[in-house]
Amino acid sequence: MAIDTIEKTAKQIVLTVQDYSLFAHRAVMNLFHPPRYWVDFLLQCDIIGVGSTAIVLLSGFFTGGVLALQSASTLSEFGASNLTGRFVSLTMIRELGPVLTGVMVSGRNASSMASELGSMIVTEQIDAMRALGVDPMRKLVTPRIFACVSMLLFLTILADFFGILGGAFVTVFMNHQDGLQYFSTAWEALRYPDIVQGLVKPLFSGFIIASVGCFYGLRTTGGTEGVGRSTIQAVVSASVLIIVADFLLTQILLSLLSRL
Amino acid sequence: MSASEPANGAFPLPGQTAAALEPTPAVAFENVSISFDGPPVLQDVTFTVGPAETRILLGPAGVGKSVLLKLTNGLLCPDHGSVRLFGEEISHMSEQALFPLRVRTGIVFQEGALFDSLTVRDNVAYQLIQQMVPDEVIDARVHEALHFVELDQTFSLFPGSLSGGMKRRVAIARALIGHPELVLYDSPTGGLDPITSTTIIELVMKQRDFYRTPSILVTHRLQDAFTLCTHRFDSELGRMVPLPKGHADPNTTFLMLEEGRLIFDGSLHDIVHTDNKFVREFLL
Repeated sequence: MAIDTIEKTAKQIVLTVQDYSLFAHRAVMNLFHPPRYWVDFLLQCDIIGVGSTAIVLLSGFFTGGVLALQSASTLSEFGASNLTGRFVSLTMIRELGPVLTGVMVSGRNASSMASELGSMIVTEQIDAMRALGVDPMRKLVTPRIFACVSMLLFLTILADFFGILGGAFVTVFMNHQDGLQYFSTAWEALRYPDIVQGLVKPLFSGFIIASVGCFYGLRTTGGTEGVGRSTIQAVVSASVLIIVADFLLTQILLSLLSRL
Repeated sequence: MSASEPANGAFPLPGQTAAALEPTPAVAFENVSISFDGPPVLQDVTFTVGPAETRILLGPAGVGKSVLLKLTNGLLCPDHGSVRLFGEEISHMSEQALFPLRVRTGIVFQEGALFDSLTVRDNVAYQLIQQMVPDEVIDARVHEALHFVELDQTFSLFPGSLSGGMKRRVAIARALIGHPELVLYDSPTGGLDPITSTTIIELVMKQRDFYRTPSILVTHRLQDAFTLCTHRFDSELGRMVPLPKGHADPNTTFLMLEEGRLIFDGSLHDIVHTDNKFVREFLL
């Protein structure tokens, strides 16, 4: 009995991974063939990009501040409290900026995509769209994925910038250290590989957020209860995948960039 | 399209042979079966919808009526059997290849399935907007379609502010705006009050008698089915009028499903005089 359950679960996981791979492949390939829905792309850029700006700025600012608070006391034990700027900027740009932005945007947008598309499935709007001769993959999924990828790049840059500002705020006004020193160490420590690493990650996170959100949304079954289930699955899967992808990308990018 | 225009394939071309004179059915099901992780929803279903023919699909809830409708325009693929739409085999056609055929078909979903983030104008014009039709042409066509369903005043409203009956009428306008060659109605009167139901049935009749579009109408309301058979739309009076006593529309016929099987296919006279126990119980 238990073996049957394990077998069934394993098959379901493999089937889901297969379906997701085909879904993601179709979504990407749609970009190379007309029709392309540029208006929907711009609309999604507004919803994902502009709509998520506030949460990304706030979370970036306060994360930078916390980093400065935590690092200052540790660094001062080694007489290196002047390196706070370097610590904050490197941590934000390499790691926390991309990951935190990904997780925040995932909480906001993967959930909204899954619930929106799920509701459309439940109310037969997706069937209506297909019946009217429009491919929901092209009209709904592809614009969301590419809008999310583009916007996450800019949101990550904003999160990095505001994280460094948050660190500066704590350093200057709470730790009473020199602001110029903070910014100069922050700037001097940065190398191109750090920036490349920080800007490659959001491309993957953006793809994960939108593709997972749309995938679970379009697989919704079971009425309004099913919409709730899809939303939870989308946020959990997207958040976990972002962290797993971050780990793998860090490994790959560190080995690639160290050779440069 | 004018009232005098023939429906798709209704009239033969000059010089055609006797065999070619047989008009192509708009829809042809042949031994169609489908199941979803369980017992079959439809089993060996075979029927056709001829040019200008209206088929009323009867059956209790959950018997597979909506599934049959979705199979008709390729929204679902059958496990076995063949579905032909406008003469083309669609059972295993790709989604992309199906789009041009679906555009020739209008479908009214059970709850309307209107896009709630779009206005009535954009809902009705959805197909035309995707085809990049100029705005002024769209507006004129939308006004025409809304006038047909007597909802001119809803042009710029959102579906959320419409009643259930109005939503169905907007859905009918959306299905008819492209002058489809086949219309599929999925329980258009389900859950509506008798007066609104009669209004919807009058619109279905208007489409049947004015444009002579073949259609499949799913319903479990016998009253609606019999009204369609025993009335015609009088375009001069602008309303439906009863046919002479004992007469029924010859192009309006019945199909009936029981547990996924087609158990009846015939006219009003046939269904009233059938010996089939299930049909008789359903009629009572």
